Amino acid sequence: MNRRALGLLAILGIFLLIFPKIANPYLVSVATLILYLAYTGQAWNVMMGFAGQLSLGHSLYVGVGAYASAALFSRYGIGPWAGVWLSIALCVALGAAIGFLAFRFGISGVYFALLTIAFAEFTRVGFDHLDWTGGSGGLFLKVAQRDQIDLANFRGPPEMYYYTMLFLCALALWGCSRLLKSKAGYYWQAIRENEEAAQALGINTFRWKMLAVVISAAMTAVSGVFFAFYYNNLFPEQIFHISRSIEIILGPVIGGVGTLFGPILGATVLTVLSDSITELLAQFGWEIPGIKQVFYGVVLLLVIMFLPNGIWPALSRKLGLGK
Amino acid sequence: MLSVAGISKSFRGLKAVSGASFDVAQGSITALIGPNGAGKTTCFNMIAGVFPPDSGEIIFDGGKIQGMRPDQVCAAGIGRTFQIVKPFAGLSVLDNVMVGALLREKGVSAARNLSLSVLKKLQLEEKQDAPASTLTLPDRKRLEVARALATRPKLLLLDEVMAGLRPTECDLMVEVFRELSRADGLTILLIEHVMRAVMALAQKVMVLHHGEIIAGGAPAEVVRNQAVLDCYLGEETEV
Repeated sequence: MNRRALGLLAILGIFLLIFPKIANPYLVSVATLILYLAYTGQAWNVMMGFAGQLSLGHSLYVGVGAYASAALFSRYGIGPWAGVWLSIALCVALGAAIGFLAFRFGISGVYFALLTIAFAEFTRVGFDHLDWTGGSGGLFLKVAQRDQIDLANFRGPPEMYYYTMLFLCALALWGCSRLLKSKAGYYWQAIRENEEAAQALGINTFRWKMLAVVISAAMTAVSGVFFAFYYNNLFPEQIFHISRSIEIILGPVIGGVGTLFGPILGATVLTVLSDSITELLAQFGWEIPGIKQVFYGVVLLLVIMFLPNGIWPALSRKLGLGK
Repeated sequence: MLSVAGISKSFRGLKAVSGASFDVAQGSITALIGPNGAGKTTCFNMIAGVFPPDSGEIIFDGGKIQGMRPDQVCAAGIGRTFQIVKPFAGLSVLDNVMVGALLREKGVSAARNLSLSVLKKLQLEEKQDAPASTLTLPDRKRLEVARALATRPKLLLLDEVMAGLRPTECDLMVEVFRELSRADGLTILLIEHVMRAVMALAQKVMVLHHGEIIAGGAPAEVVRNQAVLDCYLGEETEV
């Protein structure tokens, strides 16, 4: 990263820090959603972008992370600061189980992706029938008092959630950039580019792929906890659904798989454009169900056709920001 | 240093290698030659741990290595190149070599220093920032060697690294390997078709034909051996 890039990053950081002071509540909620998608996309990117392992079932980790903390809170009044560790532990265990099954038995590529979908799907069906978390009827948290901050239970005004997500995004960006420059980063990219050659250079590919899955699952668990305490209601049909997984990966795919800023840029572009289109149509009095999904499809198509590496690599070259 | 004793391998009933035995002495340069399909690469793959031999023994540095995974064989001190080059296409030349260097170097900056010195040895230092996908074939072959060298092997397996090189480039590579053998005491086992390189490099040549070792010895002897001439040129027949 060169000086110009650092400068721009600093300006962006300051802008995001003062954003809630200058924007209306609607824009803050949109920005929170963008940050949520950017963070979750960053987590997915560790697995696919860095280590080349395609997961199409990341809703599994969001869902399990969300349900674990939410259930602890609604059942026993244990707050998310403790709950998040349970969420992380469960997601790490699940990720390790999927990774072990796949990597021990040589399942890779599309078949690995199918396995991740399968796990997300049968977890969804399982939660549909798990009465302890409300089954298909859903799990609800008491709606937060919007005018006072209760940090211990992570209840408070929208700005609190915004800043939490901003902090997580910054942390993930910093963490991922460190990872990429570490031994793990080199090894993951080698595995992504050519697994056989990586192994011939002494890399225990099983171990390093497992590490990528586990880190990605742990990061995604945290977004699940956020999801639960921000939206206050969880339905298996919604949170585990494959469309959730697709939503997570669209950001990094459009922004640039394997890049650090791709997930952030992609989430921003998608959310801003799709929300403004929905708003614009509403202005004309048109409420078209599913227009957002159609729009996602069109953007994806255009990016794949014209910028197959994503928007970020092209933009970064244009702005002279280096890698 | 490396002792291969009676290794065999069949693929669906087809015997690729049957009972091949040979030794590679510490610090020596040994060549494994033979016509196409003789089983040379299969031998390499068994040594490198890609698949285990059906029978026989492979001893390296006093320990059995057959049945080990490729990464364990590499960690034991055997570096290899691939006949069909396998660069990490999306990474820079330097990063390709870094991946190898990280095996034994503590930390990223130490690995970078080692990588730079290896690149220099193979005259790739000017291309260190280029993506590996942009390299020409001779450069890719050199990159294969650089990556394997960066793992600091005691034994280097070279699978047809001269193929596709022009004679001058070939002589340059020969010089590099001679220097590695002389200065660093590296032991080298190479599969090679380019006889120019074999004659210049090898102290010992093993000839593999239909999966069996049919001759072995000093290069000058081997090329006069009747069995070797027969398998390369065909037997003389009465017309």
